[in-house]
Amino acid sequence: MNWIAANLWLIPAVPLAASLLILSFPKSGRGPAAALAIIGQVAALTMSIFAFALTLQTHSFRAVQNFTWFTFGDQALRIGCVLDPLAAVMLVMIALVGLCIFVFSIGYMAEDKNFTRFFAYLSFFSGAMLGVVIANSLLLLFIFWELVGLASYLLIGFWIDRPNAAVAAKKAFITTRIGDMGFFLGMLWLYGRSGTLLFYDGGNGCLENAGLLALGASATFIALLIFCGAVGKSGQFPLHVWLPDAMEGPTPVSALIHAATMVAAGVFLVARVYPLFSLGAINGVTPSLTVVVWIGVITALMASLIALGQFDIKRVLAYSTVSQLGLMMVSLGVGGVAAGMMHLIAHGFFKALLFLGSGSVIHACHGEQDIRKMGDLRRLMPITFPTYAIGMMALSGVPFFFFGGWTKEEILHATAHWPSSRLPYYLMLAGVVLTALYMTRQMIYIFFGNRRAASEHAHESPPVMTMPLIVLAICSIAFSVVLTPAWPWLHGYLTGEAAHFDLALLIQPMLFVSLVLVGGGVALGVWMYRKAGIQDRHRAAETDPLEHAQPALFQLLENKMWLDELYAWTVISWSRMAARVADWMDRYVWDGLVHAFGGLGQLFGIFSTNVDEFGINAGVDETTAGARGLGRVISGWHSGQIQNYLGAVGAAVIALLILYAWLA
Amino acid sequence: MTPTLQLFLVVSATLFSIGLLAVLSRRHAIFILIGIELMLAAANLNFIAFWRFGPQPQPPTGVMIAIFAIAIAAAEAAVGLAMVIAVYRHYRTTNVDQLDQLKG
Repeated sequence: MNWIAANLWLIPAVPLAASLLILSFPKSGRGPAAALAIIGQVAALTMSIFAFALTLQTHSFRAVQNFTWFTFGDQALRIGCVLDPLAAVMLVMIALVGLCIFVFSIGYMAEDKNFTRFFAYLSFFSGAMLGVVIANSLLLLFIFWELVGLASYLLIGFWIDRPNAAVAAKKAFITTRIGDMGFFLGMLWLYGRSGTLLFYDGGNGCLENAGLLALGASATFIALLIFCGAVGKSGQFPLHVWLPDAMEGPTPVSALIHAATMVAAGVFLVARVYPLFSLGAINGVTPSLTVVVWIGVITALMASLIALGQFDIKRVLAYSTVSQLGLMMVSLGVGGVAAGMMHLIAHGFFKALLFLGSGSVIHACHGEQDIRKMGDLRRLMPITFPTYAIGMMALSGVPFFFFGGWTKEEILHATAHWPSSRLPYYLMLAGVVLTALYMTRQMIYIFFGNRRAASEHAHESPPVMTMPLIVLAICSIAFSVVLTPAWPWLHGYLTGEAAHFDLALLIQPMLFVSLVLVGGGVALGVWMYRKAGIQDRHRAAETDPLEHAQPALFQLLENKMWLDELYAWTVISWSRMAARVADWMDRYVWDGLVHAFGGLGQLFGIFSTNVDEFGINAGVDETTAGARGLGRVISGWHSGQIQNYLGAVGAAVIALLILYAWLA
Repeated sequence: MTPTLQLFLVVSATLFSIGLLAVLSRRHAIFILIGIELMLAAANLNFIAFWRFGPQPQPPTGVMIAIFAIAIAAAEAAVGLAMVIAVYRHYRTTNVDQLDQLKG
């Protein structure tokens, strides 16, 4: 069993290796590609389960494997792997949900021409995320973190011939990069203060006492900088804008991004470096944790409001993810690390279920994603409908039966006991109502009412797509056994406390509060949307009941609170202006200087050419021409006529004689 | 009329001038050779005249030089005629106007 703790690196390595292998396949190698990807994922899942089983043996199990990557000067850069309950439970969740999504993709992407490439990217995505989870060094975590970002870029922009997909991929990449910048700075600062990036290193790691002592007051800033990375990756306000746009990718990718990988990374990161956040806490409150709470509250409320105004089936789910992630952040911020992580795990299952369900719906409706054009699918899709309903109830937090209900309960519980303020608690309660409301709205639009344009010829999806739905639906219900208040096993496992079975704790006052709230939300939804979808079946876009009642509010929600536009007017236009200024500087100032120097050289060249041409060359030419002309004249005198020469001699003699006579 | 030195010199100069004119103006090579002979004769006449009217007329030095000059002129005429024949053989003409190979 210890073998797995020593070879933990194999878990991410296997899917990554599978990905590289698949990339070398030809396009026609569809079967082998899917098989290899799934074999890789199954292998990762098996090893994850072994690792998980290993952590069960003792409380607060922690196995660390460190090694030196390279040395520079007297500093050694060390990285390593860590296996603890936090990592183990994430490993199992990622591998299991990932496997379901892989299987689903076989059906969903069956007609895509780049089938093999898709599976290569999926494996890569999964491997990178598994790497994030087992990393025992902030640097190694950052490397895998960026690989996750790259994989998401490749997959969101998978349909490269769609301009929207390319834009969305770019947006996701750049937006998360803004957060990563903060993460990177935080990492450098941390290294500067503590001299190590290892989390656990036998008491010397940066999350252990010795390391934390070295940080002192700077821990707050380091934690906030690292939180920037989590904000970008986990789609928290104000960097959430990429997440809904990421819906341009194929639906299995959305499921993977929103459930198992990518967005989970941010929450996981905060949970992993939690000692940095909680350092110097007074009564469980630190400035950095307060920031986390409020960011989470704003995100959760804003996203669940916007979800009410969306018509794209996947966008509604995307905003629900954003709001659930906000909820997790709140939980981490108020000190409920275990609750937040449990909700992350639960969310991984039911959000994958919902996304795969939406994929099944979209597949049935021939690619239509507008919920106003669906309707009455409950009769046509007998497997998708109940599984989707289970996912919806888990997301809404219906108590007793569903995974999500219990974890949400626990988060509310933790929030209620936050010493700083009660406001987050009340806002979270409002969030619960809103969640139930928008999910009811979506259910009514998709599965009830009249049949409309896209659902006329809908059909149930093949078993390869419905099987993962069933598995995930069962998981969403069955796993709730381990986390009820009566037997909080998962909670105890994560926090290292022993769990006791006590049925009396099952029923708590909080349960009734949330039961009322969820019931109220669903009832409100049914009442508000009772007429939705019963109107004329051939009208493409009908008016939303909320739009009917509150046009201005609905406009605000439908346009995502104009945040994209706000960014376009502010940050984007500023950076564009800066780019324009830089362009102008480059074009006219720097280029001008360069051209001036070039021109100077050119002028000198022209000058020296002229000197050469007209001064030196012409002088030589003139001289030779003169000599030649003289030669020509003189040679003209040489007539070859001997009599002329003699005549000249005679004339000269006569001239000399005359001269002599005259002089004498 | 008593013969005087001036008279001889005038005759000699006239003879020389006639020879020079022949050399300069005739186109035929033979005539040019004849002109040269005339000029030599004028020179010989001068030698004899200066000797006869000189301070020591007794030793026959002037006559001796004239006789030498005549001998040399004979040799020169032989060589000249041979060259004229060689030129004629080569160029098929003795007109000196056409013999301008040395023209620059």
